[in-house]
Order: sequence, then C-alpha cells, then structure tokens
Amino acid sequence: MEASTLAVTILWSLLFVYAMLGSLDFGAGFWGMIYGKNDHTSASQIANRFLSPTWEVTNVFFVILVVSVVTFFPFATTMLGSLLLLPIGLGLILLAIRTTFMVFEHHAKRFRELLRMTSGITGLIIPALLVSILPITLGGFIEFEDGLPRLYYRELLVHPTLYMHIAFGLSTELFISAVFLMDYAKEAEDHSAYHTFRKHAIWLGPVSIAIAVLTIGTFPAEATWIVDNIQRNWFWFGLSLFFFLIGYGFLFLKRSDGERGMARLAVLAIVLQYGIAIYAYGSAHLPYLVYPHLKIEDGFTDPGMFYQMLVVYGIGFGILIPAFILFWRLFLKDRRYLKQE
Amino acid sequence: MDIVVMARALFGASLGFHIIYATIGVGVPVMIIIAEVLYWIKKDSDYALMARRWTKGFAIVLAVSIASGTIVGVLISLLFPSFMEIVGQVIALPFQMEIFAFLIEAVFMSIYLYAADRLSPSLRLVSIISVAIGATASAVLITDVHAWMNTPAGFRITPSGDVTDINPWAAFFNPSFGVTAIHVTLSAYMTVSFIIASIAALRLMKSKITQAERNYHKKALTIALYFGAITSLATAVNGHETAQMLHEYNPRKLAAAEGLFETTRYAPLSIGGYTSLEDQRVKYAVEIPYALSFLAGDRFDTEVKGLNEYPEELWPPLYVHVLFNIMVGIGSLLIVVAFLALFWKHILKREFPGWMLALLVTSGPLAMIAIETGWCFSCIGRQPWTITDVLRTENAATQSPSVGILFVLFLSLYIILLFVTGFVLKNYFKRNPVSKDLSADTLG
Repeated sequence: MEASTLAVTILWSLLFVYAMLGSLDFGAGFWGMIYGKNDHTSASQIANRFLSPTWEVTNVFFVILVVSVVTFFPFATTMLGSLLLLPIGLGLILLAIRTTFMVFEHHAKRFRELLRMTSGITGLIIPALLVSILPITLGGFIEFEDGLPRLYYRELLVHPTLYMHIAFGLSTELFISAVFLMDYAKEAEDHSAYHTFRKHAIWLGPVSIAIAVLTIGTFPAEATWIVDNIQRNWFWFGLSLFFFLIGYGFLFLKRSDGERGMARLAVLAIVLQYGIAIYAYGSAHLPYLVYPHLKIEDGFTDPGMFYQMLVVYGIGFGILIPAFILFWRLFLKDRRYLKQE
Repeated sequence: MDIVVMARALFGASLGFHIIYATIGVGVPVMIIIAEVLYWIKKDSDYALMARRWTKGFAIVLAVSIASGTIVGVLISLLFPSFMEIVGQVIALPFQMEIFAFLIEAVFMSIYLYAADRLSPSLRLVSIISVAIGATASAVLITDVHAWMNTPAGFRITPSGDVTDINPWAAFFNPSFGVTAIHVTLSAYMTVSFIIASIAALRLMKSKITQAERNYHKKALTIALYFGAITSLATAVNGHETAQMLHEYNPRKLAAAEGLFETTRYAPLSIGGYTSLEDQRVKYAVEIPYALSFLAGDRFDTEVKGLNEYPEELWPPLYVHVLFNIMVGIGSLLIVVAFLALFWKHILKREFPGWMLALLVTSGPLAMIAIETGWCFSCIGRQPWTITDVLRTENAATQSPSVGILFVLFLSLYIILLFVTGFVLKNYFKRNPVSKDLSADTLG
C-alpha cells in the first residue's frame, strides 16, 4: 500500500472510532435531557452514568482526529483551515460549553436542569456541525478566488444535501447510542431503562438506514464521481446492510430469561455495520480529500516523517491498552459502578 | 482590524486563557501525590482529606483545561495554516505524542475520580501518578513545539519555500527544548504551590475556625511552602540557563528582554524601567554593572549582542523588557517569600503574623501573573517571526474574514467560563467546607 493510502486509512479508522464514541457521548447527552424529568424510567441516570467517566476520553479522540489530519496531510491545512474556520470554530465553542457544563453539573446542583438541557441540545448541534463537513468535500461548494479557497455558504445552506447529511448524522447518532445504552442498561440490570432504549432502537434503526440511502440521492450534481464509486463498492455497502439486519434482528430475539433483545450481539453487529460502511465510503472518496481541488497525495507529509509518526502511534496505543482495559472493567463492567444509586 | 492581528489576538487570548487552567492541571496532580504519600507515611487522615479536596477542585479545573486545550489545539491549525504546513512535515512527533500523554491523563483521571473507592491503595497511587506523568508530559511535549518555534532545527527551506532535509528527531531535540521544558514544568509546579499556599493562608486569616481546621490548613500550607521554595529556587537556576541559551541561540530576544541596543562587553543588567527607542537605552532602570554579561556567559567580559546588530524591522516590540521584568521580579520575590516563611516557622518557631499571611495570600495570583507574562514575553519576543528566521507571522496567519466574529465569540466564552469556574469552585467548597469533611472523618 502507498504511504498516503495507509495514512488516509488510519484517518478513516480514527474517524470511525470517533464516530462511534461521539455518537455514544452526544447521544447519551440527548437521552439524558429527554428523560431527565421522567420518573418512570431511569434512562437518564443510565445515560449520565455512562457519560461521566467517558467524555474526556471521547474528547481526546476528537483531538487525535484533528491532529492526525494536520500532521498526516499538512498541505491540506491551508485549504481546510480557511474553509472550516467558521463551522469548526462554532463547534469548538459549543464543545467547550458542553464539556465544562457537564462537569459543573456535579458540583452545582441548583442549575442541574439548565446544565442538562445544554448537554442535550449541544449533543445535537455539535454532531450536526461536524457532519456538515462531509458534503463540503463532495464538490460544488468551493471556488478559488485570488488563490484562496472560498466556501459558498449560501449554496450550501439552501442545498437539500446539507440537511439530509445532518438528518443522517443525527439518526445514526441516536440509533447507535440507543443500542449501546440498551446494552449498558442490561449490564446494570436496569429494566426500565433497558426497555426505553430498546423501544427507541427499534424505530431509529430503519429510519437511519432509509435516511442514509436517501442522502446519496441528494448529493450535489458535481458529486457524480463519488456516486459512481459508491455503486462500484456495492458489495461492501451490501455487507454493511447485512450486518444491520443481523443486529436489528438481535433486538427481537428472545433470551433464555424470556425477555426480548440480545443487546451485546446487537451492539457488535451494528459496530461492524458502521465500520464496513465507513471504510466503503472512505474508499469511494479516494483519491480526493476535497473534490476536485485536493487529492490525498497532494496533501501528504514527508514519508519519512510519516513512518516515525506510525511508530509513535504504535507505542502510544501499546501503552494505553492496559489503561483502556482497566477503564472498561471499572466503568462498563463493574456492577458496583453500574448499579449504584 | 487587520486579519493577521485578529488571528493573533484570538489565538493569544485562547492561549492566555488555557495557560491558567493548564498550569493548575500540571501542578495539582503532583500536590495530590505528595498528600497521598504523606498519608501513607504518617497515617494522618488530614492528608487523605487534602488529596480528596484537591482532587475535587482539580476535576473542575481540568474540565475547562481539556475544553480550552482542545480549542487551542484545533484553532492553531485553523488560524495558522501555513505554520502547520511546516509543523506537519518537521515537528509533528511531539504533537502526536502529546495526544497520548493527554489520553493517559484523561483515562487515569476518570479512574482516580470516579473509581477511587473501588481501587486498592496502591492502584490509586498508580492512577494519580499516571495522571501527573500524563499532565507533565503533555506540557513538556507542547513546550517542545514552542521551543522549536524559537530555535528551529531539523530541516532546511529551499529558496522556493519547500521544506527539505527533514530530520524529525533533530527538530524534537532542538537547542532550547531542554531548558524551556524544565522551565515550564517547574514554574507550573511552583505556581500551584503558591496557589495552595494562598488558599491555606486565606483560611488561616479567618478568626472563626476550629483547632482541627487550623491544623488542617497549616499542614497544607507547610506542604505548599516546602514545594514552593524548592521549585521557585529551581526555576530561578533554570532561568539562568534559559538566559544563556538565549545568548547562544537567540541573542536578538535577549537584547530585547534587556533593552540593550549596542553590542557590549561588561554589559550591565537593567532592572525595571522601560526601553526607550529615542534614547537607545532603558530609562528609569536600576543598573547592576557587568551582571548581564555574567548572566549570559558566566564571565564579566562576555560580549552581549545588542538590537542594533539587526535591522529594526526584525526587532520584537520593545515592551517585552517590561514583561520579562515582571516575570523575573515576581519569581525572585516568591523565592524570598517562601524561604522567609519557612525561616519563620522552623528557625523562629513562631506563628505567622497577619502581614505574612497576607503576603502569602497574594503569592498565588502573583505566580499566575508571572506565568502569563512569561508566556507573553516568549511569544511576543519572537515577533515578527512565528518560526524564528523562517516564517513570518503575517505569512503564517489565515486570510479568512471570519476571524473577527470568532474573536468576539471566543472572548465572550472565556470571560463566561472564568466567572463560571470561579462560581462553581466557590459554591462547591462553600457547601462542603473543611469543617464538614473533618467531622465526617471523625464520625466514620
């Protein structure tokens, strides 16, 4: 594999990890808000219990993603930096408000309601902002003026594909988080929360798939290149759909205790579904970072530098694996944490 | 306003805001380790309580630090894309390592914070040590990039502007990395010591506190004074090495710091005053003969380069002399304060009088001012360059007109967050005073 292809593969892998973690994080914030005042289900507590120890780690993956883009593809920063300054800048402000308020929630009980609202609403707006980067890269919204790239906000804001991308992002976020929190609730043996999240997973699943397919239909006219590539990758998108059906099926299977839903297996199948879909989409996006102005090899760093960075990645994640295992045991497995009042 | 100026203002404000929280985030874990270890040795539950309360405060500060650190990390790419283009090719390693250090800190912080009661004592200590290592390593690695901007190494620029002969490790171990990283780390430890001393002194000044509370705060103050005395002295020794590094690798910056125009042997050190361009000297300063030459090269006849060696358009703003003096002045003052307080306590064996407590209360804020002016000095003293002698700031900055609106939004965010953090900290510790925790400890 060429070094630049390897780099972009790592980038899509990090995007996949962040998409999963981010969906859980932002989704949990949203569900925490929706069920914050509801006494019939403890869905809100479950969501917040998951959120407390994990948001910092999720946030770090956002930084990893950004730093990887910049360090792997430094020649892309000039273009991406000027195009994305406003949307990412706004996203950062909201992210800062969200993360700080989430922590403050534990320390300032009087304002709990307000803080929870903030976490829920930003849990929708931030992913919407992030996902709106995707249509920008497809072509048709950027022109060069005096050698500087300009983003045509008006064209973007009136184009249906922006809103379909956002709808796709949000339905995916809520679907993934509902399935995962259903599993988390089961681990905590919390039946009311389990049923709440299962109910949502059941309607969100088909909705998210339908929106995903419809979104491709709204791609701008300049994006025929990627539509062709997507059609060429039909096998992988089909496989992704196959795993969705399996995962969705697990929501209905009866367990030995008579309840419906095999949560853990559903989570695994759906993670696979999105993993395959993201790589298939990523390979359809080749060779462009931003169509038609920026190909991946034009943005790529010095290959010697890149291999040094790979060593750093290897060592870094190597050191962190034991830490992640400990983390998993303490917050996702330990009954004393999961079942606390 | 000019877009470049706006971009610098936005990034400077972000960094200035982040530094407050980041400094605390680097220092507090070390203080927690000290408290945990003292608890282990002395079996005095006051130290366990100290570790617990500092952890609470740390968690609040860390949230803002992570948020602002994320902002700074992303904004630098957005605001200075041409700079990041070179960074990505030459000095990407510390950036990447920093993320892992940050990740170690985040993972173990969550563990220490939310699972402390489920961890064995040794695992708890391992967790907080990992937090401290992660935090300090983050600071050191980011400082490496800053040091490289001051003394770039590990690459060449061709006349057409391409980067060649890249050596990532030569860039990593650039000439000023060692001294600067030690300077940042020690000064962060020192600042947090004095912040803790400030808080303890403030509590001790209150008339209505119980003996148990008084003992608790005295222990906290003692830890802070010892650690503060050691780290402030070490920072000063290292500061001297920094001056020698500047003399060797960045004489223009040293000349601006000292307001020296003509290249001189037996150069005097000017303390205070301001640099006057017309008079070509520092006005209203106290001059110590030969001291600058001695500081720069350990010999009185060392030749120190003056600003007139360089074209005026390459001079940093002359007010950096003032920034430099504030940093050095506060640093020196705090050494005196820490040793005086320890002398009072151990040699005179007397209670601290009111004026001494008042002095100690000011030490934390003063240390933070020194940190801020120090960073301002280092970054403004590098102007007009973003990468010294390689990339000018005006060429590094973005051309995007959205900077103006973002500046207003971010500035509002920082002001709000400063107030909210203060409010939350105050509110939390008001609802959970030491007296409450102390009585809870004796009960069970």
